[in-house]
Formats: sequence, structure tokens, C-alpha cells
Amino acid sequence: MAELIVFWVFAPLAVASGIAMLLQRNAVYSALFLVVNFFALAVFFLMLGAEFLFAVQIIVYAGAIMVLFLFVIMLLGVDREERLVEPIRWQRPLGIFLGVGITAEIFAAVRAGVGFAAKAPGGFALVNQGGNAQAIAKVLFTDYFLPFEITSILLIVAAVAAMVLAHRRRGAVSGPPPAGPARPQPDREAEVAG
Amino acid sequence: MIPAPHLDFLPLLPELIVAGVAVALLVGGALVGRPSQTVLLLLTLAGLIAAAAASAYLWNWDGPGRVLGEMIQADRLAVVSRMILLGVGAFGALYGHHYFARTGVARMEFYPLLLLAVSGMTLLVASADLIVVFLALEILSLALYILVALSFRMASAEASMKYFLLGAFSSAFFLYGLAMAYGAAGTTKIDGIALALSGRTGSQPLALAAVGLLLIGFGFKVSVVPFHMWTPDVYQGAPTSVTAFMAAGTKVAAFTALIRVLDVSFQPLTWDWRPAVWALAAASMVLGSLLAIAQTDLKRLLGYSSIAHAGFILTGLIATDGAGIAAVTFYLVAYSVTVLGAFGTVMLASGGIRERTSFDSFRGLAGRSPMLAGLLTLFLLSLAGIPPTVGFIAKAGVFGSAIRAGFWPLALIGVLASVVGAFFYLRVIVLMYMEEPQAELEPEGAALPGAALALAAGLTLVLGVFPQIILPVLEKAAILRW
Amino acid sequence: MLGDYLPVLILGGLAFAFVVASLFASSLLRPSRPSPAKLAPYECGNEPVRLPKGEKFSVKFYVVAMMFIIFDIETIFLFPWAVSFRKLGLFGLVEMAVFIALVFVAYVYIWMQGGLEWEQAPRPMERTAAEGEQEEELLRAG
Repeated sequence: MAELIVFWVFAPLAVASGIAMLLQRNAVYSALFLVVNFFALAVFFLMLGAEFLFAVQIIVYAGAIMVLFLFVIMLLGVDREERLVEPIRWQRPLGIFLGVGITAEIFAAVRAGVGFAAKAPGGFALVNQGGNAQAIAKVLFTDYFLPFEITSILLIVAAVAAMVLAHRRRGAVSGPPPAGPARPQPDREAEVAG
Repeated sequence: MIPAPHLDFLPLLPELIVAGVAVALLVGGALVGRPSQTVLLLLTLAGLIAAAAASAYLWNWDGPGRVLGEMIQADRLAVVSRMILLGVGAFGALYGHHYFARTGVARMEFYPLLLLAVSGMTLLVASADLIVVFLALEILSLALYILVALSFRMASAEASMKYFLLGAFSSAFFLYGLAMAYGAAGTTKIDGIALALSGRTGSQPLALAAVGLLLIGFGFKVSVVPFHMWTPDVYQGAPTSVTAFMAAGTKVAAFTALIRVLDVSFQPLTWDWRPAVWALAAASMVLGSLLAIAQTDLKRLLGYSSIAHAGFILTGLIATDGAGIAAVTFYLVAYSVTVLGAFGTVMLASGGIRERTSFDSFRGLAGRSPMLAGLLTLFLLSLAGIPPTVGFIAKAGVFGSAIRAGFWPLALIGVLASVVGAFFYLRVIVLMYMEEPQAELEPEGAALPGAALALAAGLTLVLGVFPQIILPVLEKAAILRW
Repeated sequence: MLGDYLPVLILGGLAFAFVVASLFASSLLRPSRPSPAKLAPYECGNEPVRLPKGEKFSVKFYVVAMMFIIFDIETIFLFPWAVSFRKLGLFGLVEMAVFIALVFVAYVYIWMQGGLEWEQAPRPMERTAAEGEQEEELLRAG
């Protein structure tokens, strides 16, 4: 009963915030609606018994990813208004068609139960008995400890990438400065057309 | 108390060495401030050689086939592919040293990033779990995005951006495929998937979706049609030394991982994925060769040629027996040697950071530098697959295994595409020998990359005449244990 | 299942109720005599204006954003590790130490390269004149 109430509070919230995000013309408002959407999704994870994912959703998505989103928006300029006319005319109908298509497909697949393992995820409740985060810790830090350690290498690469691309020293630039005194711009078209 | 897993780090030693040296260089370089490029190069090469020694030692590994929570495969295919990749990495380091030194703005990050990319590649060929495959793919891709941008030129930043956007897109496909595979098999272990799928009958939509999405993910990395769009732009925009490294390295790493995924995980679905691979191979060979004709820039031409070569390699992959795998591995060796040589020559001949790589700059190269023109001719002939170069043996191998598996129409398409390919490679050769020079471009001689080029040329010829030198090794490596 | 989170919900409700109640109470209790000066937002005597058109963040903030994400991800791994710390034993301690040490490498690198220095001149100081000229020329040449 409680689950039903929570679901019917957060499901419309998730859908509404998703639609509102798409309809906003100001990118910052869009991003804020996305935060609402992330929180609503986090609650769904909680309802499904995935408490760890609930925490990840809030800490990483509503936290870190949103910071990056807002950063990029601010980097490009808040006042920038996107042109709403598609440069490629057939793109929008095709997008709508494909979107509707995949929604219908997922509906059909879920209804037919296509490819779902015959054994119900009863094991999930069993595994989760001692707590979801504990269950994750048990596999993550034993069976999957190598991928876990490899992740740190990935994070190092990400740090180096950020430094090389965004932090200029010794004139070792990897592109023209984004906002600085006007510099002679090489002819991009000629470069690309090659 | 949760018991600790059994730790057997030896089969991971090459990656540990390479990544360790990379981390050490990163921290050391940051602490020193402005480290000498030569010292960095020497340390990089030392790390690669140590890793090669470690992986050679693993050839006679008799421990368990999979270690570290069954995440790492300790078989001979991993050993052989690692050796190729470490060699590719050494070439990349030598080229990069030369390329970035002459621009005067060498960044110390080049060496750690190169090593991290190499560690991602070698990890990829040794992974026994799709999650490790994904992480390795991300490490190598992320490092390559940055390496591509490590140059002054606008085109370099643009290439990096394109590569990053499409690469991130393809990673999403791969991840989706991974999730589907888990849904279908209940595991992400490469051999576990095969065990879970093998007993089943009837249609398996989830498993089919998985193999399709994984193929798309790999397809982007190895640039097969229709996932090739980034290739010419990125190959042209990237610093030539980086192009050489990535062209050879990503192909070796991603194709070896693809062998494991297709021939082990989805071996029970062989009859389902074969038509898809068939179509991808045919489209890559045909389109890669046809589009290359219209090019007027040598790096771009080699980019299209790499698309065609991805198709040739897929042709060998369609035969799922040991001989097919050996043929593919031989092709990867051949392609690495040849393409490293070709891009190395282009780097030396194209004059400084400005990278004059249009055909005009190569007109009459033979008059200005007979040595470079001769080398480039050799490598182009090998790419075209003309005897007595290694490219010929490699092509014969993959077409042979395709025919043995009953896919002669595909082999026929391959032969026709090779004929088209020979045309545009020969056109460049004609350009270099028969026409008057137009650009006042001084090709440069340089000791280190020169030696590397000589080695590549030597291998191209020697392996072309005596493929038996490495074929037995590759055949032993082609036995997949699971 | 969800019942475990009832206290959280109650806490959230209380927090919300407190905000509403205190605003409402203060609107009832306080004297209300608005004047233009009082209504102006307090910003050091200056009338706040919109950011000028085209105001943008500097790209160097990106390094900070990236650092935040890297350590955020580290936190995510620390969370399940911390709840099972005792069960994981020495092995768990060592593997997390290795992980943190490797992430710390990224931190040391960014720090040493000056990624955290706020006032670093956009024009590099160490660059020689020759390098500068070369860069200009190269950018022009593409």
C-alpha cells in the first residue's frame, strides 16, 4: 500500500519533470528540472530494493553529473538560445518515429516477457537480506575487486585528460583559446575538407 | 567475515608494469616540472620492454586459465597480442618523441598517456569478463582522445572532439550490449555466457540483441562500415605519430577481444552472428576501397584503407576455427607493422608540425628523398597485398580461412576490393616517382624513427618471405581454452 | 521495505513544515512597512544587474569540476566498503588503500601541474618568446 502511494506520487513527478525539462528554453531551468527527475528516479530505485543505486543516483547523478551539466551550460553562456529549427529537416519526424517505435517495442517485449529469465528474481531478495549495500560490497570487493581497482586507472586518465585539455601551461595549447583576445583563426573548412 | 579472493597477479604483470610506469612518470614528471623528453622516452621504452619480458614469461604459464576472480585470461592468445601491442607502443613512443620534440612544445603527458593507452589495450586482450573488456576499452579510448588532441593544429582538437563524441556513443552501445548479455546469460564472464547459452533451443532475442549491440560497440572501435565515419577525420587530424599508434593498436586490441566475444561467448549463436559479420566485412571492404579512390590526402587515404582492412580482418573472423584465428592474428601483425611503417614515413616526409600530407606534397618525393619514397612504396605495396610483402601472406590467410568455412563470395568480394585498393596505392607510388616535385619540402632524417622504420620495413619483407617464422607461434596461440 | 524510510520521510516533512511555519509566523508577527530601499536586494550597495551578454565561465573551472567528479566516484565506492568494513577484513582495507592511493596520484598530478592555482595567468609565464611566436604562426598556418 505504501509502495503504491509512493509510486503514484513520484511517477507523475518523474514524467512531468522530464517533459518540463524538454520544454524549457532556458538551459539552466532544464538542468534544474533534470535534478527533480533524478530524485524521482532515485526513489524508484529505493522502491525496487536497490538502496545502493539510490545513493549513487543522488550522489553521482544529482550531484556530480549535474555540476558538470551546469558547468557546460555556463561555459557556453547562459543567454545562448538554441535555434529550434532543425537544420536537417527529416531528422525530427524520423526521431519521433523511432522514439514511438522503441516505446512500443519495449511495451510489447515487457508484456510478452521476451527473454526474461524464467526464474523470478527471488534470489534478489535473498541476496539483499543483510542489506543491499552490504551485498554489493560482498561481490564488489571480492569477485569484482579487479574491475574496482581498474576504475582508479580510468579516473587517473580522466584527471590527465581534464588537465591537458583545460589547463594551459607553457603555451602547449591543444586548440585556440575559447575566450580570449581574437587570434588568427585558421580556415576550418579547408582543414576538414582536406 | 568475507573470504578474500585468491590473488595470482602474475598473469596481470605486463599491465601492472605498464600502468605502474605510467603512474610513476605522471607523478615524477609533475614533481620535476619539466622533465627531459629523452629520459621520459627511455623510461617508457624500459617499461614496455619489461612488460614484454613478463608476457613472454607467461607463454609457459601452467597455472589456472583464469585468475583474479576469473577476470583475467592467462592464455597464449593474450601473450601474443600483448607482444604485438607492446611493440606498437614502442613504435608510438619513438615516433611521438620525434614528432613532439621537433614542434618544441612537447608535453610530458604524452608518455604516461601512451603507456596508459597501451595498458588498456593489453588489458583488453587479456580480459575474461565483459566488465573488464568495457573498462579496458574506456581506458584506451579516453587516453587516445587526449593523445589525438595533443597538437597545435585546429584539426587535432576537432578530430579529438569527433572521436570523443562518437566513441562515447559507441561505449553506450557496448554497455547496453553488456547489460543484455547479462540479462540473457546471468553472467558477464566471457566463457560463462557461452555455457549459459549453449544448452538452449528456440529464439533468444536478448542474446541476439546483446551480440548485435556488442558488435556495434566493437565496430566503432575498429572502424567497420557503417561505424567508420570518424576514421578519416581522426586519422587526418591527429598528430601523425599518434595516428600510427592508434591505427595499429586499437585494431589489434579490439579485434582480439572481438575474437573472444564472438568465438567463445557467442559461439552457440555462431549461425546468427555470421550474416551480420559477413555484411559488415563486405561493406567495409567495398566502401573503404571505393571511398579511398577519391582522396587527395595521404593520411586520409590511409584512414579509408584502414576501414577496408578492418573488413579484411572480419573476413578471417568469420571462420571460427583455430586456423581462422591464427590468420586473423597474423593479419593483425602484418597490418601493425605495415601501417606503423606507412605513417612513420608520412611523418618524416610531411615536414614539421604543419603536416603537409596532401598528395601534392608527395609529388616527386623520390627525387628529394629516395630512401623515404622507397620505404613508403614498400609499405603501400604491403597494404595493397602484393607479394613478397607481409600484406600478401596476411590477405591470403584470411581469404583462405573464409573459403574453407564456405564463404567464398565474401573472399571474392575481398579480392575485388584488393584490386581496387591496389589502384589507389599504386597511384601514390606513381605520384612519388613519375611526377615533378611541387612543394619545397625538406624531408627530415632522424635517427630513432629512422631505425624504427628500418625495423618495420625489415619485418614487412622478412615476414612476407618467411611467414613460417611466426606462424607456428600464432597457431599455438589460436587455441582458445574455456 | 519502504517502512524503514518512514523516519526519513517524517524528517523531510518536518523540515518542510518548519520552513513554511516560520515564514508564515514571521509574516504574522513582524511589522510590515516596505520602502523601495528595503525591497532592494542586498548586494553591497549595488543594484544587481544581469550578467552581461555572453558572460561565460573560464574553461579552467573544468579541472575543478572534473576533480569533484573523480572524488565523488571515490565516495561512491567508499560507501559500500564502509558499511561492510569489518566483514571485509584486511583484504578490504588493502584494496581500498590501493584505490585511494591511485586516485591520490591524480590529485598530486593536478596539484603539481598547477591545476588548483586560481590566479595563474592565462598567458603562460614560462613560455619563451620563440615558443609564443611559433604558436602564433602555427595557429595561423593551421
